[in-house]
Amino acid sequence: MEKLVLTEEETMLADMARGYLDGAAPVAKLRKMRDAGETHDAALWKEMADMGWAGVLVPEAQGGSDMGHAAANLLAGEMGKTLTVSPFISTAVIAATALRQVADTRAEAALARIAAGEATYALAVDEGIKFDPEAAQMTARADGNGFRLDGKKQFVVDGAMADRLLVLARSDNGLTLFDIPADRAGVTRDRSNMIDARDAARITFDNVEATGEDVLGQVDQAMTVLKPALMAGQGALAAEMTGLAAGAFDMTVGYIKERKQFGIEIARFQALQHRAAHLWCEIEVTASAILNAGRMLDADPENAALAVSLAKARATQTATLAVQEGVQMHGGIGMTDAYDMGFYMKRARVGAEWLGDYSYHAEQVAAARGF
Amino acid sequence: MSAESTPEAFRAELRAWLEENCPQEMRDGKMTEEGICWGGKNWTFTSDAQKVWLERCAAKGYTVPTWPTEYGGAGLNRAQEKIFYQEMSRINARRPVQSFGIWMLGPALLHFGSYEQKLHYLPPIARGEVRWCQGYSEPGAGSDLASVQTRGEDKGDHWLVNGQKIWTSYADKADWIFALVRTDREAPKHKGISFLLIDMEDPGVETRPIKMISGISPFCETFFTDVKVPKDQIVGEENRGWDVAKYLLTHEREMISAGGAGLSGGGRALGAVIKDTMEDLTDATLRADAMRCEIDSLAIGLTLERYKDQAEAGQGAGDASAMLKYMGTELNKRRHELMMTAGGSDALEWDGPLGNRAGDWLRTKANSIEGGTSEVMLSIVSRRVLGLPG
Repeated sequence: MEKLVLTEEETMLADMARGYLDGAAPVAKLRKMRDAGETHDAALWKEMADMGWAGVLVPEAQGGSDMGHAAANLLAGEMGKTLTVSPFISTAVIAATALRQVADTRAEAALARIAAGEATYALAVDEGIKFDPEAAQMTARADGNGFRLDGKKQFVVDGAMADRLLVLARSDNGLTLFDIPADRAGVTRDRSNMIDARDAARITFDNVEATGEDVLGQVDQAMTVLKPALMAGQGALAAEMTGLAAGAFDMTVGYIKERKQFGIEIARFQALQHRAAHLWCEIEVTASAILNAGRMLDADPENAALAVSLAKARATQTATLAVQEGVQMHGGIGMTDAYDMGFYMKRARVGAEWLGDYSYHAEQVAAARGF
Repeated sequence: MSAESTPEAFRAELRAWLEENCPQEMRDGKMTEEGICWGGKNWTFTSDAQKVWLERCAAKGYTVPTWPTEYGGAGLNRAQEKIFYQEMSRINARRPVQSFGIWMLGPALLHFGSYEQKLHYLPPIARGEVRWCQGYSEPGAGSDLASVQTRGEDKGDHWLVNGQKIWTSYADKADWIFALVRTDREAPKHKGISFLLIDMEDPGVETRPIKMISGISPFCETFFTDVKVPKDQIVGEENRGWDVAKYLLTHEREMISAGGAGLSGGGRALGAVIKDTMEDLTDATLRADAMRCEIDSLAIGLTLERYKDQAEAGQGAGDASAMLKYMGTELNKRRHELMMTAGGSDALEWDGPLGNRAGDWLRTKANSIEGGTSEVMLSIVSRRVLGLPG
């Protein structure tokens, strides 16, 4: 396994991403999109695809850059710093990883479209208020050579804008994963008004027709394809949240160095110094868990579950602390809509729930550690 | 075993050696305080196995695996070192010897010592023949270490040392002490300190134990009255001892942090430790606290790994080691609080059904004080890492 230090290529990738995102997708961009009621910027996504980001996990044979999970996590981390809006995790990480588990020409064609930035995806698994894929109740009823899908999904991130949906449904003897176009007859998408101003949907499936062709992997064997995809997504999301924490932290430290009260910069107060230092320590420790998760996903995916859940649990805690301290140390201005800190707080809250909250992942860690 | 052998070959060779050479009695995951071998001139082995294990390891350089072979080590590189500790913990092998000589003085001597000093002092440490203690703190100095007052007067061929040290761990059992001594009283406080090596048997050195809340006396007060220290017993330059002290403190912080991450003791999961006393972790609050503790342990352990990998890549941790010390020791205190809760009333007796769990718990309370308090660590991070104004 690669060491827990960034390689030269990785450092270059992160620097390049930072330079690009600072110009193309600063927090001001998210604010502008929110104010305009937009949740997707097709031109931005096309540029990311041209840089090889959409194909970060797509094999070179399908036109991808195939840089691996550690690289995908680096990109997600940089996007987290400026709260970039893109379907990167849903499409480039989750869908691409799922498709890679299936070696057929249809999956290969789909991967090629992802790499080219021509297809976006959303993962529809949640049915209740908490992440619990194994409990999916949506039905896939056998019908002739195909299936009929009935049920409801919620918190489908990128679900309102995506071209295609990965849908998890209960079949006769287990769970089956379908890859269907989002505009298929019987699919109704209601865009959710998310607190972080990003795309998500509640989706109803009413007697939706699916053929055997639409099944990703084997019937009744969804988890073989879905589990690696979920782990990849959880790893990248953890990286995004740690980037988010670092972004909020930088903003906070910058502010306390400037802001004066009682005649001096508030950064001189030991109470604030120690809180800032503690937060930095937490971010630094979480960064190790993120790097490790990427390395494990690349080197030993079969055994990466502990590393991934550790990363997501730590990232959730760290991002939560970073935004809470961010608002508190900014004082009243941190509570205003005009100031960016609130965007960080809202994104952290959404990230905390998506793909399993702290408790979910803490239980995974506990199970792996013999509790 | 050569530095060039492949990791797989190295592992196989090491595994075979351990199988043949590590006595069964030394493969004991639940080792007690008494089972630790500290070595030194007056050390009495608790068993033949303890003695044999130390001798066999010393012969291979395995007491200090990464030190150069010339000074008694095995000359392992970082990858081999990792494998070494993995294989040791796989069979629950005890450390053959441990000491402040290995953890602190050794690394400082390797960095700052002269060739003669290295040849003279390091091999006996590696063989467990000389036990060292640390003379840093003084009454009134605490974490403000640079304000030490113990003074050394220049008498030509030697320094005449007078003063008092405190919290000198195991000084009553040590053969030698490495001490910070003020050799220039006019200089600014960081600039007038030297790092001296002093024989505890020299006339004028006296030491007495301090009884702690844990019921034991690992700490001592040590007094120096007109002690003559020859000039060749200085490490680094005269009045530049602070550089040595700082370097050594970095090692100390990393070491204390490693203990905190639960990486010592074979890296046993907290869940497994708690199961020693409880059937299952059903108490919801305890379970939640233990899970959080385990998550933090694993992440801090990975951070130690990352910092070591960084150091190997030439990116030293520097002041960030203050972070490791702070996070590791605060975690260790939480971990021991949980182990006390899990132990219930069994944990409340001295030498009760759980051995000295209470003593271990009380001992951890010093973790966030010794080697610089948590508050000092946070100040180091805020000033030197974050650049906040002083």
